[in-house]
Amino acid sequence: MSFTIARTVEDALAAIAAGARPIAGGTDLVVGARHGKAALPADLVAIDRIAGLDEITVGAGNGGVTLGANVSHHAIEHHPVLAGSYSALADGSALVGSPATRHVGTIGGNVMNASPAMDTGAGLVVLGAEVELRSVHGTRRVPIGELWSGPGRTIAQPDELCVAVHLPQPAPNSGSAYLRLEYRRAMEIAVVGAAANITLAADGTVAAVRVALSAVGPTIVSVTGLDTLVGSVDDVADAVAAAASEQATPISDVRASDRYRRHTVGVMARRAVVAAARRAAGETIAIPVNRTLGIGAAS
Amino acid sequence: MSESIILSVNGMQYPVTIDQGRNLLSVIRGEVGLTGTKEGCDDCECGACMVLLDGQPVNSCSYLAMQAQGREITTVEGVLIGDAMHPLQRNLLAAGGVQCGFCTPGMIMSATALLQRTPAPTEEEVRVGLSGNLCRCTGYTKIVEAVQRTAAELQGS
Repeated sequence: MSFTIARTVEDALAAIAAGARPIAGGTDLVVGARHGKAALPADLVAIDRIAGLDEITVGAGNGGVTLGANVSHHAIEHHPVLAGSYSALADGSALVGSPATRHVGTIGGNVMNASPAMDTGAGLVVLGAEVELRSVHGTRRVPIGELWSGPGRTIAQPDELCVAVHLPQPAPNSGSAYLRLEYRRAMEIAVVGAAANITLAADGTVAAVRVALSAVGPTIVSVTGLDTLVGSVDDVADAVAAAASEQATPISDVRASDRYRRHTVGVMARRAVVAAARRAAGETIAIPVNRTLGIGAAS
Repeated sequence: MSESIILSVNGMQYPVTIDQGRNLLSVIRGEVGLTGTKEGCDDCECGACMVLLDGQPVNSCSYLAMQAQGREITTVEGVLIGDAMHPLQRNLLAAGGVQCGFCTPGMIMSATALLQRTPAPTEEEVRVGLSGNLCRCTGYTKIVEAVQRTAAELQGS
């Protein structure tokens, strides 16, 4: 058993190559170990003190934004550029757990934990994010939608560490939103969730739409068949709602039945489209949309 | 396997020898000997175990003690001003925000972090700031009042 504190990415990669598992905030790892989900790894390398890995770089790679893997949900929620131009991600981060969870929990940990109910995943999909995986052998970028292979599973190799999440520059006249159905306002996991990214044409109709869903399948679901969908915001919202409910493959569990999830994910997808379209039209809807629009649990 | 590390709690250095899997809560209570921090759900849900790590709130039940090395830990014992109660403690008592008291240390730590970041919070901001802390006695209203009263006091001073 060992516990080492990495100061550089290279230190961490060497430890991981030798069999250690990375720990950042530990919010999933420590709670999961206590529940018997997976024992705490014998050899741990703490990556939370690696210099620079908690930085948000605006203007990276053709005008996009790069998030170091250790960027916290708190930092995302309160970052003006992310809240303004990558709202679906900020909406999601602002709903994670409690203030304590948001300070300790990181975007890299959230992405690699691969929960289908994660609140940042659907937003990252509609924003076209890529994950940067690095090992002692090299670096590769993976489109976020191709990262997850099942609940708690990714295509990353055991020696690969997520070091960054890259977001491309948003299209002009676009806006995004993520919202979820919830039973309470904090320390909650999405019953279902939906993110939308909308680009408006000059006449105010929808020119392009991307939608992704959480907690209705083994991974985040990217809704397909929307490439040719254009029209008024209401018509697009109707079509998206139908497609979302149709493409969802939810399970029944203690939180909701499959039928309830299939229905409500359509409702959430419709509201996500409307909220994203309002943002695309220039309206400011404060982060998170759930609270501002009074969606989800009552206060 | 045990390791010897030093934890800095409320400005004091505590050498402890612990298993690497130990959570910070059990080390604060069992090794450091400060029992103001409570174990409620032991599952990151209730906030009774809240401490500050470099000023930010953390559920100590779900944080490895090994990861707290080199960081400043603040527990409820650390908010006293000399021998006097912190205004938050005084106002919680005055407003009736304490009944059984089990959630109170965690509430105080979350409120401390909130007021450092947001010195004049709205009621909504107080509720969000305390959203990781459960109280089964008070119904929260008097706790929110106490935090706002404290904010007004600290702003005025």
